[in-house]
Amino acid sequence: MSYDNELYQQVILDHNRKPRNFREIKDATHSCHGVNPLCGDDITVYLDVDDGEGVINDLSFQGSGCAISKASTSLMTTFLKGKKIDLARKTKEEFHKMILGELDPEIDEHSLGKLTLFMGIREYPSRTKCASLAWHTLIGALDKKHEGVSTE
Amino acid sequence: MSESNTVVTGNPVIDVDKIRQDFPILSTTVRGKPLIYLDNGATTHKPLRVIERVRKFDAEEYGTVRRGAYKLCEHSTQLYEGVRKKVADFLGAEKQGEIVFTSGTTQAINLVAYSFGKRFIEKDDEIIISNIEHHANTVPWQIVCEERGAKLKVIPVNDDGELVMEEYEKLLSNKTRMVAVNHVSNALGTINPVKEITEKAHAVGARVLIDGAQSTPHMKLDVQEIGCDFYTFSGHKMYAPSGIGGVYGKMDLWEELPPYVTGGDMIMQVTLEKTTYAKPPARFEAGTPPITQVIGLGEAIDYLNEIGMDNIAAYENSLLEYGTSLFNDIDGVRIIGNAKNKAALISFYVEAAHPHDVVTLLDQDGISCRGGHHCAQPTMIRFGVPATTRASMAFYNKTEELDALAESIKKCIRFFSA
Ligand SMILES: Cc1ncc(COP(=O)(O)O)c(C=O)c1O
Repeated sequence: MSYDNELYQQVILDHNRKPRNFREIKDATHSCHGVNPLCGDDITVYLDVDDGEGVINDLSFQGSGCAISKASTSLMTTFLKGKKIDLARKTKEEFHKMILGELDPEIDEHSLGKLTLFMGIREYPSRTKCASLAWHTLIGALDKKHEGVSTE
Repeated sequence: MSESNTVVTGNPVIDVDKIRQDFPILSTTVRGKPLIYLDNGATTHKPLRVIERVRKFDAEEYGTVRRGAYKLCEHSTQLYEGVRKKVADFLGAEKQGEIVFTSGTTQAINLVAYSFGKRFIEKDDEIIISNIEHHANTVPWQIVCEERGAKLKVIPVNDDGELVMEEYEKLLSNKTRMVAVNHVSNALGTINPVKEITEKAHAVGARVLIDGAQSTPHMKLDVQEIGCDFYTFSGHKMYAPSGIGGVYGKMDLWEELPPYVTGGDMIMQVTLEKTTYAKPPARFEAGTPPITQVIGLGEAIDYLNEIGMDNIAAYENSLLEYGTSLFNDIDGVRIIGNAKNKAALISFYVEAAHPHDVVTLLDQDGISCRGGHHCAQPTMIRFGVPATTRASMAFYNKTEELDALAESIKKCIRFFSA
């Protein structure tokens, strides 16, 4: 009953079943709605960012979608909580390069930590947008994109 | 295996093992597993004779059409017009000139929507579509309505995915100019009662376009018997190359319509002041057409005719019955679309997993299925699902492949429920 693929690792399945920080932040300083029109993945990301230091005090999401998009968003929230927004932007760039196969975590320098779990996506070009939606939406929130973001 | 699963074995009309040898791609592997191809609603594979006909044409016979008085051109033109005749016969049209070649159904519907809209649709007129149309048979009509100040009305569907005919009758009026519906829904497999739809539309003086993208590959057709005014098809869904398709239209109607795309080949005479248009079908075929693809289409039609569309329909129906009973036995799988009259296509929802996760895991087992909204978002909304997984069958599929699909779905459910 197993599959020979690196895509659905245990941690990913676990975050899909029990997404972390799956709630709204009432007085969020930033939020953004993101959709993947081809798949129907639909999430809202909320942030509470400290004014002075740019530290992400709290980060959460709500929505629906496939296992990859849910797990990717859930892991993103646990990864970035307490970190600075500069790091969030840098991580987004690295994450994006990794899933497109332009950054090899085993060779290139990076600070992706456990997010390298999503490395397997590079073998599935049709699924990259499932994994990247969380990050596009996060950047949309930081850039105050009130109209929302779309992967298309 | 339960008793209801033993419908097909030994079906005499199609020797599927022999048929499969006609399709080179069916003996290839995907991710190390034998390919099980169940996305025929999206596009079909080509038999070797189509591939070879196209190769031979390009290697030995290719020339432009309609434009030159030399051997290659005359020969190409003859073959090209010969395919128009084959299409006309395949669809049951009266005259071959009633067939206009386009790149496929999308372009065919855009052509009719634009030209018919320009000629016949005015402010406050109404156009009727259904709730289970492909975006290709939705968006062009929305645009016509927007541009001409007309209204779009939508025939609702019941929970089985069948058009509610009483509601359709209520939508019809002397304001209705066009009724545009598919013959077979690509999202649910429903076969619509197109003859009845046409008769009712004609009774109020409206014209009818039938989107035949999903019906042409799977059943014997007779557009004159249906009585519709337009009927579209896509070659790549009927074992022919991509980039070619077309639309049947009644000649007297074609004659009244203005061109959609303009340029070379669609004119009678051009002076710098004024251009007069050629007669149909040339009026609607501006520019050099996809010549090689047309030749491939002709070969695909010959192949289908040799097997027999009635045999194909009967065999595929047995696949549908087999697959439906298999799926009904899987806990946690819900079939979306249970029309009494249905083509060999099963759209389903797996409770434990999103359709995109399902198709990725099916692909691990070598199975190609479509997961998504099938370019029919209004249909997905109607059935309250973001997307479905779809197994769409062809006469080269076998019951064993459906068994493998069912096993793979069960494995996927266990994987996501563990
Ligand atoms: C019912 C229906 N209509 C229209 C289309 C569009 O056909 P094409 O992409 O060949 O233009 C399709 C195919 O996806 C279809 O299934």
